[in-house]
Order: sequence, then structure tokens, then C-alpha cells
Amino acid sequence: MDRGLHVLLLTALAAAALPGNAAAQAAGEPTGGPSALPQQQPQVVEPAVQRREVQPPGLDTENFEAGVFVGTVSIEDFGSSLLYGGRIAYHFTEDLFAEATIGSSKAGRTSYEDLSGAADLLTDSERQFTYYDLALGWNALPGEVFFGGKHAMPSAVYFTLGAGSTNFAGDDHFTVALGAGLRVLANDWIAVHLDVRDQMFESDLLGKNKLTQNLQVGFGVTAFF
Amino acid sequence: MNGPDFRLLLACCLALCAAGLPAHARTGKTPATVVVQDAFVDLRSGPGRGFPATYSVERDATIALLRQRTDWIKVRTANGREGWVNRSQLERTLTPGGAPVQVAGPAPEARTAHHWELGLGTGDFGGANVISVAGAYALTPNLLVRADVNQLLGNFSNGWLGTAGIAHVFMPEWRVSPFVGIGGGVITISPKATLVQAADRTDTTAYAGLGVRGFLTNRFLLQAEYRSYVVFTSRDENEEIDEWTVGFTYFF
Repeated sequence: MDRGLHVLLLTALAAAALPGNAAAQAAGEPTGGPSALPQQQPQVVEPAVQRREVQPPGLDTENFEAGVFVGTVSIEDFGSSLLYGGRIAYHFTEDLFAEATIGSSKAGRTSYEDLSGAADLLTDSERQFTYYDLALGWNALPGEVFFGGKHAMPSAVYFTLGAGSTNFAGDDHFTVALGAGLRVLANDWIAVHLDVRDQMFESDLLGKNKLTQNLQVGFGVTAFF
Repeated sequence: MNGPDFRLLLACCLALCAAGLPAHARTGKTPATVVVQDAFVDLRSGPGRGFPATYSVERDATIALLRQRTDWIKVRTANGREGWVNRSQLERTLTPGGAPVQVAGPAPEARTAHHWELGLGTGDFGGANVISVAGAYALTPNLLVRADVNQLLGNFSNGWLGTAGIAHVFMPEWRVSPFVGIGGGVITISPKATLVQAADRTDTTAYAGLGVRGFLTNRFLLQAEYRSYVVFTSRDENEEIDEWTVGFTYFF
């Protein structure tokens, strides 16, 4: 008895639904023009188009920059010394880049050591000054540099803020490095750098704990690849 | 970092620098060409939005693609003029076959479509300074598998910490999203030479943490994280250490 009732109800529902459908279609087709049609028809298949990043053949992407530099560093209390090192950068956008730098120098003698005639503060190997730092850079002032009347070279004044470690006087020191530089592109893939940088770390070498400022100036050449 | 290590790293820098050379030395390579579909395309004097437009190419002209730097592509016109074109303008051109050009770079959906990310950070690890290099792989937009290497530089001891773990990003498509993470690793602590001679200690450790990350661009974000570490020492009591870091992350 129950089953019979269900069948009856379903038949009635189907009968009620079908004419409605037919009426809707009949009303929709004549009035809706070709432009209205896509809106009224439900989309059966949602297009799942995935955007792929396809490199056109032969197009080099050159966001890495690597090179070497040479300059001078003024190690606080220990005079100025020759500095050399290397850098690798990755350019995220035209504005931002990340840079890893390593550098090495050898500290000189303090005035105290020279004047007092007392024993040296550091051994020869402890005077080795090496550091690395990882920095975020910002091309703050992009522009062009003119060389003579015919050559214009793209350039950028950039600022870097980094953190790293300096090994000096037999100890590793946490170092904050503030830098500014000028990058001039000699051609499409060779750049020339002029940098100034302040490597700051705390040291208690001379008895009292203090923040030492180790200023450096460097000249570098890098290649984009 | 001692002398030999430094020289090795410097050699790597030079090698990488030299690795760029062969690519540039290739002269026989024919660059890809595209057909301009916009009304015109501006050629700028340098790879940046501030450089002046020095030349324009009209619709239906053919241009050759020479090299790409970030979002800028250096092109050469049929009459030999060269300049830099923005990626977005180039993507409105066609290849000679008629297909739209797609150039590598951040797509609008890149916030959730990336897989690899690399980050640098710094902060405080229980009173010591920490420098961190971290990598992650996104299994899904929400779930990251992470690993990092940290150098610890304190007043009384230095050390290294390496961890691996997972993180859940709650709303990866939002501009700013919170995340939580757990993981474990190994920590090595070396007391400074000027103090009482104590042996280096290497222990296992585990952490639970939470943080927030915010997008500056579609592929570049800033991140701040707090982690609570438990170091499983060989002594009677485990050591608990709080770590706070800030840094930036880039998606590849």
C-alpha cells in the first residue's frame, strides 16, 4: 500500500515538473537572443584552464648576479686593511633583491700595540677578519649614467640591510650590515659596483663590551646569468 | 669561518660568475620572435618602469626576444632597434604561429600556485642572535614541508641548529595569513673559548610555533614567527628555549 502511494506521488511530481520545464524552455528560446543564451544555459563543464609558464625558446632569464669585489675595511681599533670577497644576488623584481656576501681581510695593529711595546693583543691567525652576511636589497634610485655624449648606461643606487656573522679575534660575532651602493650596467650582463658598508658587531676584546663599526668601501664587478 | 672555507666560497662565487659567460658567448642561437598585437609596444632604455620609452613598435610588427630580467624583456625590432618591454605588454602579443606568448614570472594566482619557497631571517634564540636560511615545499597551498639551518651567536656560546617540520597556513590566498608549525631537529652548542672549558653539546630538539606572513608582491612576503623549543638534553632536565624571528620569503 505504502509503495503504491510512493509511486503515485513520484508520478505526480514528475508530471508537475515536466510541463514546467517545457514551458520554461519555450519561453526562453524565442525571447533570448544569441547574446542572452550563454547566461541562461548552465555551464555543464567548468573550464579548468591552468595557466602555464612557458618560456619562449631561446629567452635567457637572468635574475642571478655573481661577482667579486676588492676594497678597504677599517676594522675598529685595528686600522684599515685590504678587503676582498664575493657576492651572489638574486633579483626578485626590478626593486628588490637578496644578496649573500662573503669578505676577508687581515687586521693591522692597534696604536696601543705599536706604542707600548707590550705583548700583542692578538695572534697572527686571530687577526684574520672574515664575514658572511645575507641581506635584502632595494634599488631605491634607478636611473641612467652618462659616459660621454653617446653612452647611457642603466644604473641603480641601492640600499641593503643584512645580518650575518663575522669571525674575528678567534670568535664569531653576530653582525648587522648596512650598505649602500651604485650599480652601473656596463653592457647587458656585466655590472660595476661601488659600495660602502658598515658591519656592526659587539666586541669585548679591549675589556669593555662595545658596538664596533667596521666601515668598508669596495669596487666590484658582477655578471648577470 | 676559517681561511680554507672562505677561499672555497670565493671560488664558488667566481665559478658562478664564469658560469654566466658561456650563455652569453652563444652567438649562433636564433632568438624567438613574436608579433605585436597591441596598438603599439613601448621600448624602454632600461629594465625598469622609470626608464624613458625611446621607441615604439606598431601592431603587426615582428620583434625578437633577447633576454629577460625580472619582469622586463629585452627585444630587438626588425630594423635593429633594441629596448626593454614589460612582461605584461609582451603577453598581449602572439607568436608567429598565432599562440599567445607566456613569459616566466608571477601569474596572478601565484600566491597559491607556487611549490618552492626560500627565505632568510634573523632574530633571537633564547638570548642569542640567530641567522636563518629556510626552504619549504608546498604540498598543498595550506600545507608546507619546511627545513631550515640556523647559526646561533650568543654572548657565552655559539652554535648551529637545523630543523625539519611542517606548517599549516590558514588562509594562503589572503594578503596576511597566520600559520602554525611543528618540527624537530638537532642543535649543537659550543661554549666560547674565553669561558670555562666545557665540551660541545649536541642534542635533539623539537618545536611548536606560530607566525604570520604577509605578501608584499605575489611572490615575495615578509614573515614573523615564534617557536617554543624543547631541547632534549642528556642532563636531568630538558631545556626550554623561546625563539622569535623575522624574515622574508620568495616563491619560485
